[in-house]
Amino acid sequence: MAERFSSVQEVVDRLRSVDYLSDTGIAGVVYLADRLEKPILVEGPAGVGKTELAKAVAAVTGSRLIRLQCYEGLDESKALYEWNYKKQLLRIQADREHETDWAVVESDIFSESFLLTRPLLEAIRCEEPIVLLIDEVDRVEVETEALLLEVLSDFQVSIPELGTIVGKQRPIVILTSNNTRELSEALKRRCLYLHIDYPELEREKEIVRVRVPEIDEALAEQIAQVVRSLRSLDIKKAPSISETIDWARTLLLLGHGAVDQEVIADTLHVLLKYQGDIAKAKKELVTEGKSILRGTESGKTL
Amino acid sequence: MAFNAAKMSDALTRNKIEVPSGIGDGVLLDVFQGFVHELRAAGLPVSMTENLDAMRAVEIVPLSDRESLREVLAATLVKHFRHRSAFDTVFDVYFALHSGGVNPEEDAGRGEVGDAEENGGVPGQQGSGGSGEGVSNEEIAEMLLAALMSMDRDQLRELAAMAVSRFAGMEPGRPVGGTYYLYRTLRQLDYEALTGRMMQRAAEQVLDGETDSPDAPESLEARFQREEYEARLREFRDLVEAEIRKRLVADRGVEAMARTLRKPLPEDVDFMHASREEMAQLQKAIEPLTRALAARLAQRRKHRNRGQLDFRATVRHSLSYGGVPAEPRFKNPRVSKPEIMVVADISGSVASFARFTLQFVYAMAGQFSKVRSWVFIDGIDEVTNFFAESDEISEAIHRVNTEADVVWVDGHSDYGHAFEVFHDRHLSEVTSKTSIILLGDARNNYHASQAWVLKELRQKARRLFWLNPEPRGYWDTGDSIVSDYGVHCDGTYECRNLRQLERFVTAVIEA
Ligand SMILES: Nc1ncnc2c1ncn2[C@@H]1O[C@H](COP(=O)(O)OP(=O)(O)O)[C@@H](O)[C@H]1O
Ligand SMILES: [Mg+2]
Repeated sequence: MAERFSSVQEVVDRLRSVDYLSDTGIAGVVYLADRLEKPILVEGPAGVGKTELAKAVAAVTGSRLIRLQCYEGLDESKALYEWNYKKQLLRIQADREHETDWAVVESDIFSESFLLTRPLLEAIRCEEPIVLLIDEVDRVEVETEALLLEVLSDFQVSIPELGTIVGKQRPIVILTSNNTRELSEALKRRCLYLHIDYPELEREKEIVRVRVPEIDEALAEQIAQVVRSLRSLDIKKAPSISETIDWARTLLLLGHGAVDQEVIADTLHVLLKYQGDIAKAKKELVTEGKSILRGTESGKTL
Repeated sequence: MAFNAAKMSDALTRNKIEVPSGIGDGVLLDVFQGFVHELRAAGLPVSMTENLDAMRAVEIVPLSDRESLREVLAATLVKHFRHRSAFDTVFDVYFALHSGGVNPEEDAGRGEVGDAEENGGVPGQQGSGGSGEGVSNEEIAEMLLAALMSMDRDQLRELAAMAVSRFAGMEPGRPVGGTYYLYRTLRQLDYEALTGRMMQRAAEQVLDGETDSPDAPESLEARFQREEYEARLREFRDLVEAEIRKRLVADRGVEAMARTLRKPLPEDVDFMHASREEMAQLQKAIEPLTRALAARLAQRRKHRNRGQLDFRATVRHSLSYGGVPAEPRFKNPRVSKPEIMVVADISGSVASFARFTLQFVYAMAGQFSKVRSWVFIDGIDEVTNFFAESDEISEAIHRVNTEADVVWVDGHSDYGHAFEVFHDRHLSEVTSKTSIILLGDARNNYHASQAWVLKELRQKARRLFWLNPEPRGYWDTGDSIVSDYGVHCDGTYECRNLRQLERFVTAVIEA
């Protein structure tokens, strides 16, 4: 299979072209995954761009995104395939009148048209280029994780009634985890590993600018500064990138061209989810009776 | 400064590392295997597959692109974010940039060294490792301030090198990790005062020159400015540290240096001896663990998604399929109200463990509303509300320490008495939905054990666990009576670091 990227820098540039701002860490792993044909396991707190990375990679490689959203209780029948049990029963029922030979019925009800294809099987069978996203894998039980591992190892599946179906391509596979539990060593060994954390100020500022283009540079800088400040506090849940973006949109909507203490006090709930965190942030950032920010005209927030 | 195999071999030769005569790939392979060996020695579980993946990764990324190389190697070799910092240290040592060694000035004939003086250029503009002779300390300080204000990274790197040459006072052959040199260099640069000086400089640059009066609360803009400068200074500090390590590596060789820098992985750091910083890290790691634990203990059954088959509903529903029971219907499983009780020893013998214990309790309480907690020494007191009412752990701990009534006679551990009181007051509240976790070293000062309490608790409760902060080898020695209690528990676990806590949580989850 032809390689999709020729250098790490090219990955950075192409992701940027679809408004995804990566760094050497993110782009390096994508580049490597393409070359080594290995899945990527992306871990990190919620809202730092894990899911978005898969979408962006699909977009820049002209691939269709197939997504398996994980949840507690997800099993083989929802991840891989399932026989359409209702349809089969109805078929058997309908047959009672005609007294068809059982062998015929049996081979009939275990044929393609009674098969419910789930995302993993869909990915294996797909002929066109795809990116397979297995989202929030930490939410499945250990048994399902083992199933995923098996599928990822050979990219094939054998259905007793139909035989083995072998994948025609080695797509880019991205698994994400919000780190609510440790994944198995075996799965980790199989994958390349990427930990995405909250971005540095510069990258966050850029993300705000590409995602909310109406925001000017000075305001984007202030936004990133407030968020950095909040993340340095000892709070329960630090604001993520998606909250930063939500906040930027809120400011825009309310017509605030600059951030001051009053604005922060009024809109902090967009960035922080816990009352305790909001109270603490107010105490730290919004000091009673202080004037608003000065000197933002220069473009520098000094 | 590019990393390449020739330079690497050069560095290796100078570092007196034995390399096969063939340079190039052979050398790189050696360096690489040494690198992986050191990662393993540092505790990273690098498997054979991962080792091979990493070798393929090295072939794919040009060695001159050092940061990409770092990232692709990390992607293949580091599968846990907690291990990243250990990885970076080893990477920096093994894939160090070309360096002049500990005492570049005396190291005559080494190319880059001292270029600045020889070429008569402005010190700090070129070359590396020169001490910038002819430049006064004040001038260095001024150049540093200017570079920090404009965040000129190249200039900062030069200045870091210059500062190390001039101030660190490095001596060849000393088996140190470099913290001492770092400290010396930064002190000479008056590092602690630099944020203030940058703030002042910024104020002078602003036209009105307005500054906050010293006792006014910090304005928002001043806060952001301070945070920005602190971030820049951290970056500079890292540059100084990197420079020192680079020279130490050149002096002592990669292997010795890597060995000196080896530290326990975060999961192996002993709760009792963790530094403040380490404890803060641990706290973050404890959070998801307690979440998993609480979730598991809160579950009624492992597969409780479906209740029993509801026969009547299934039949009724089958009518729409012409009598075929196509969609089985299930009764809703009955909702249970599980509860977790945590009972923790906070006596002197586990004082340094108590910090972890309370953090654990705090994290548990935050996960799950039906967590009740008690602390004891020879008396016992419920502290559930301290945790429920505090937004911050420090506040909760403060209340535990000042308000909890845990001394009965003399404030020396008496598990037996504490358990008896617990029995009298709370046994009736323990039900088949209650999980109980006891934390302590079971050092009972030779008092009566009253182990029968645990026996009764276990009979009533769903599960009963004991976490002991002492190394297993000390159990049941002296006045420790873990086994007297342990026989009545579903499990006794040594729990003195994160790895062991994880093991306990996994055991509970998989049970
Ligand atoms: N690197 C990035 N570049 C651009 N936008 C980003 C980036 N990271 C996150 N975002 C924004 O944040 C949002 C949340 O990201 P998402 O991928 O859903 O987070 P996660 O999957 O990690 O919980 C995205 O919809 C996107 O708008
Ligand atoms: Mg997501």
